[in-house]
Amino acid sequence: MKIHEYQAKELFNKYAVPVPKGGIAFTAAEAVGVAKKLGGYPVVVKAQIHAGGRGKGGGVKLAGAADEVGRVAQEIIGMNLVTHQTGAGGRLVKKVLVEQGLNIAKELYVSIIPDRSTAQIVIMASEAGGMDIEAVAAETPEKIIKVPINPLLGLQSYHCRAVAFGLNLNPVVMKPFVAMLKNLYRLFVGADCSLLEINPLVITAEETVMALDAKVNFDDNALFRHPDIQEYRDLDEEDPLEVEASKFNLNYINLDGNVGNMVNGAGLAMATMDIIKQAGAEPANFLDVGGGASAEMVENGFRIILSDPNVKGILINIFGGILRCDVLANGVVEAAKKTGIKVPVVVRMEGTNVEEGRKILAESGLNLITAADLRDAAQKIAEVVQ
Amino acid sequence: MSIFADKHTRVVVQGITGKEGQFHTRHCIDYGTQIIAGVTPGKAGQKMDDVPVFNTVQDAVDATGADCSLIFVPPAFAADAIMEAADAGLRLVVVITEGIPVLDMMRVKNYLYAKPVRMIGPNCPGIITPGEAKIGIMPGPIHKPGGPIGVVSRSGTLTYEVVHQLTLQGIGQTTCIGIGGDPICGSSFIDCLEAFEQDSATRGVVMVGEIGGTAEEDASDFIANKMSIPVVGFISGLTAPPGRRMGHAGAIISGSSGTAQAKIEAMKASGVHVCEDLGTLGEFCANIFS
Repeated sequence: MKIHEYQAKELFNKYAVPVPKGGIAFTAAEAVGVAKKLGGYPVVVKAQIHAGGRGKGGGVKLAGAADEVGRVAQEIIGMNLVTHQTGAGGRLVKKVLVEQGLNIAKELYVSIIPDRSTAQIVIMASEAGGMDIEAVAAETPEKIIKVPINPLLGLQSYHCRAVAFGLNLNPVVMKPFVAMLKNLYRLFVGADCSLLEINPLVITAEETVMALDAKVNFDDNALFRHPDIQEYRDLDEEDPLEVEASKFNLNYINLDGNVGNMVNGAGLAMATMDIIKQAGAEPANFLDVGGGASAEMVENGFRIILSDPNVKGILINIFGGILRCDVLANGVVEAAKKTGIKVPVVVRMEGTNVEEGRKILAESGLNLITAADLRDAAQKIAEVVQ
Repeated sequence: MSIFADKHTRVVVQGITGKEGQFHTRHCIDYGTQIIAGVTPGKAGQKMDDVPVFNTVQDAVDATGADCSLIFVPPAFAADAIMEAADAGLRLVVVITEGIPVLDMMRVKNYLYAKPVRMIGPNCPGIITPGEAKIGIMPGPIHKPGGPIGVVSRSGTLTYEVVHQLTLQGIGQTTCIGIGGDPICGSSFIDCLEAFEQDSATRGVVMVGEIGGTAEEDASDFIANKMSIPVVGFISGLTAPPGRRMGHAGAIISGSSGTAQAKIEAMKASGVHVCEDLGTLGEFCANIFS
């Protein structure tokens, strides 16, 4: 799960990670009010959306006086912000974070991530702060410090020293930096983060350490034990169809093509999308109904696929294991009757009780196209959507 | 021959009295697997069908001599169950549970390094040696006993699809293993490839990968340097968009890493026979392994 910068900074505050003074505003008037309380100008007005690259897209602006805050906030709130992470459609900005401006002496990069191949928690840091870290890693890997931490042992002081000395921090900044790093680690572990990134982390002219930006993602599997973090979820930032699907425990991702598809199992669902593309068509979605899907889930899956106006045909690919083919077939027939499917549907079934399943479909009186195998299914669906 | 599990494997099921645990335990027993004990804390003395239930894994091991555990415990308690199994001295732990927090698994993985135990999973279909033992949730009848091909995969139903196509071509399997779709898993492709390479009955391997992480790239290095038997590879997720978790917690393209294309290229460069069309995988394997 992703959260906004202002929410991440709220968490930073809770964990005593220093952030600039600031507040959230939903209108230009509110933004002016927040700025007045900060005790001085300039202030920074930052669009709050779940995507990076906001500055380049015109979503972050400096304001030198109260009226300028109002004007800038007016521009940003309600704008459709396009960045390299939003896609061409961009994202509607509904709120801005108004923060005190800082005297920046140096910009650093710090992140904490899990390393899946070694099962270690890794702190990454670089003196090349404020830049695209992937580009830094590709072009000048020597500028990136990586310190692995065994999660059973936890963060030790020597880990912190390795990072601090690696960043060539001066002795005055060293102490607050190490304190901040320990608190960041505490947050990472305490809230089950999957990514914690500060870019840039700034050293101010007054030699304080401050998180100028804050990006925090959470492990979806661990949200059950963090009800406070679940409350940070912002449904405005998510695809409405995906939100709807999540209510029914369906794993759905909306894509740009016109072939809707429903599959059991994530790996087979991805492979089905691939084979649709190889047959010359484009998948409209990823939808994994899971191993234990019920007739009700199949029905909801249909409804969600069909609410995407781009869908011109549907491919159902089920390999019956736990989910028996006869159960699926009944679900498809029920769903087709209830939702009144207006587009062609190609069904490919294999596995447990496949003969009964095929019989149910054949006798349903519905106009379903059955496919003998995967290749056949992909060709048939590609033909009907053209 | 086979790897990791066979007809002599003695299995205790953790979470045996739950809905999933009961359902799949019965199917494993029907397949011929030696399910000799179950564990559900607080239910010692009961039976699930004819299988005796114990409070702790240690009690089950002491009473029955189990050497393998099959885990259906819910995600919030799964890490605890895995460590309990490892502490009871089990040789093999198969974790079906989906949705275990990543940090829990990281701790478990580091804890298990010092123990003589192999973990398979989590978030996996399990392991099957056709005709001998099914320790997992895969449909038994699609498999063909007798080898000579091993299957190792990060997926569930996609593995069934692959096995089914092999069986239709008359190609049997020595052992099929789902290593799981999570970022942190107990056994890697390399662990399984190494065991298949050493197994005298296994003459070739089908390796099924997907987007996310670098497990396939790591395996490619191993295949190039250490494998003498042919490996067929398949990767799902060519059309997956970056930054989106494709069902499995581990299946996510982050930045430029973890793409299907990069994995396919690494595999091809290492001499893996990469099949890019799932619809023809069975015929492709028949050609390579003939």
